[in-house]
Amino acid sequence: MAPLIELREVSKYFGSVIALNGVSFAVQAGEVHCLLGDNGAGKSTLIKILSGVHPPSTGEIRVQDRPLLFASPRDALDRGIATVYQDLATVPLMSVARNFFAGREPEIGWGPLKRLDWPLMERVAREEMGRMGIDIRDPGQPVGTLSGGERQCLAIARAVHFGAKVLILDEPTSALGVHQAAVVLRIIVQARARGLGVIFITHNVHHAFPVADTITLLNRGRSLGTFAKDEIARERVLEMMAGGKELVDLEAELAALRRSGASLQ
Amino acid sequence: MAVSEGSQHKSEERPGERRDERVREIGFARQVLRRPELGAAAGCVLVLLFFAVFAGDSGLFSARGTVNFLEVSAQLGILAVAVCLLMIGGEFDLSLGSMIAFAGVIIAIPSTVLGWPIWSCVLLAFAAAIVVGYINGWLVVKTGLPSFIVTLATLFVLRGITLGLTRLITGRTQIPGIRELTEGDWLAPLFSGQFGGGVLVWLADHGLIDKRPDGLPSVQGIPVSILWWLGLTALATWILLRTRFGNWIFTVGGDANAARNVGVPVASVKIRLFILSACAATLFAAIQVLSVGSADTSRGLQKEFEAIIAVVIGGTLLSGGYGSAIGAMFGALIFGVVQMGIFYTGIDTDWFKAFMGAMLLAAVLFNDYTRRKASETR
Repeated sequence: MAPLIELREVSKYFGSVIALNGVSFAVQAGEVHCLLGDNGAGKSTLIKILSGVHPPSTGEIRVQDRPLLFASPRDALDRGIATVYQDLATVPLMSVARNFFAGREPEIGWGPLKRLDWPLMERVAREEMGRMGIDIRDPGQPVGTLSGGERQCLAIARAVHFGAKVLILDEPTSALGVHQAAVVLRIIVQARARGLGVIFITHNVHHAFPVADTITLLNRGRSLGTFAKDEIARERVLEMMAGGKELVDLEAELAALRRSGASLQ
Repeated sequence: MAVSEGSQHKSEERPGERRDERVREIGFARQVLRRPELGAAAGCVLVLLFFAVFAGDSGLFSARGTVNFLEVSAQLGILAVAVCLLMIGGEFDLSLGSMIAFAGVIIAIPSTVLGWPIWSCVLLAFAAAIVVGYINGWLVVKTGLPSFIVTLATLFVLRGITLGLTRLITGRTQIPGIRELTEGDWLAPLFSGQFGGGVLVWLADHGLIDKRPDGLPSVQGIPVSILWWLGLTALATWILLRTRFGNWIFTVGGDANAARNVGVPVASVKIRLFILSACAATLFAAIQVLSVGSADTSRGLQKEFEAIIAVVIGGTLLSGGYGSAIGAMFGALIFGVVQMGIFYTGIDTDWFKAFMGAMLLAAVLFNDYTRRKASETR
């Protein structure tokens, strides 16, 4: 089957800076593809290319086996590629139903009496959140009263409802506690079960491993390779990410400090 | 305002639907606390009670006095409705007061100097308002500067143009003699007219309002500005609560980035709100110029702040994304009652501004408290 979205040798230059250098990977329907990388690995540049904010400098994006250039984020969205940004997804003071339909409000009525279809908005918001396993008590409650994980889920449920085929999740778990992160991971699995391709961007190996089918490692703008999850061990991934080596170095450094501190006393 | 739509459809919940065990039924009091206009409504009742006790026999609540304070409230309320939408959309318009003077002069100069009919001058003023509002909005959207700075600039630019043009053309800063020109004009009654004369006669005949010695009711008509005020408030409320554009206003003011990400046309929404604000200033100017009969380059001074005060007392957040047009209406009503109340009780009106400042602070603290209560997390 053709992948939902595929990158072939994509590079992005900003002036003299090489932000991405020859990155390739593909995402199938019903697959969770984790992009793992430390800060500066090129994750945000990659998101911006996938979501249509920037065009790639070289290389191509293929959507269902056809090369494409997204004209704008809206264009990417219309082709079923939805990006859920870390904290730019919902408006806290607005109600769940209003947030759910922001930008795509259903209307009934005619002429000057054209108005929001409240009963539909409330029912759909509640149902779609319910399908993700989150029970919304009152669709009129402000999103600010939801937990961080539930807010991410609202953004994901919204993208799924409006026909996303590929979900790009930008660090959806990084600002969350353990329990809330688990809520989001469960939603990712739900989305996969519904046949979506999920691109899950994170720097947390422990969040990536439970849900990933494939893992692409990024370091300093380059891909270190794409692996099926059972091909590669968690420790190996940690090591390959820039942080892995540095943590080992840090440990050695601290040990040295401790020794010298002990000798001083 | 965004917070409580849900309650209306609660009853539609189908039986058998799974309920979360963590849900507490929110009591009626809590539901009421969620409304942004609560503070202003309560403040209104307080202020009315206060003056009922201390100025009950001064004539403030006679037919004449009531129409007086309603007229003051209505004129400010017209501005406050537009400012409310703009502030929910996350922006300020400090050029509002200058726009009032500018629009007034645009109505006055062509009609008195060039002999244009009043209706054409009023339409010209509204056209100018659309241009000014568009420029304000365009500058804010394109430069990314805070609207506080951009409209502070237009405040001075507009006031300067108004003064310069008026003195250049007429040699003075006041333009009298407009009342005679409004007679027979088909558009003028929309701004300077009165309504309800028949009803008032009926009320007077039945002893419900006072009569003058000549047998006519003490008030012969209700100024049309009050109709504008109530109509615009109702329209703004409908827009905010029941239309797509209303949802866009809340989204844009709540988080412009999130709005952009979900495909809301942020720039166009903001520009339209700035145009609305300039048009409200022009409506205010038309009402004032046509009923007073003169224009003055110093009109509208500090009106931008009075409108902001009314809107903030009404529960709208300074930072945008939350608020209510009904609240702004109550805010304007408080303004009118206090201003006329102080006048009727014989207190030196110099104290009015001190009182409004204190009121603003109290309202913000109260609204802040209720909003935290309303959106309390578990």
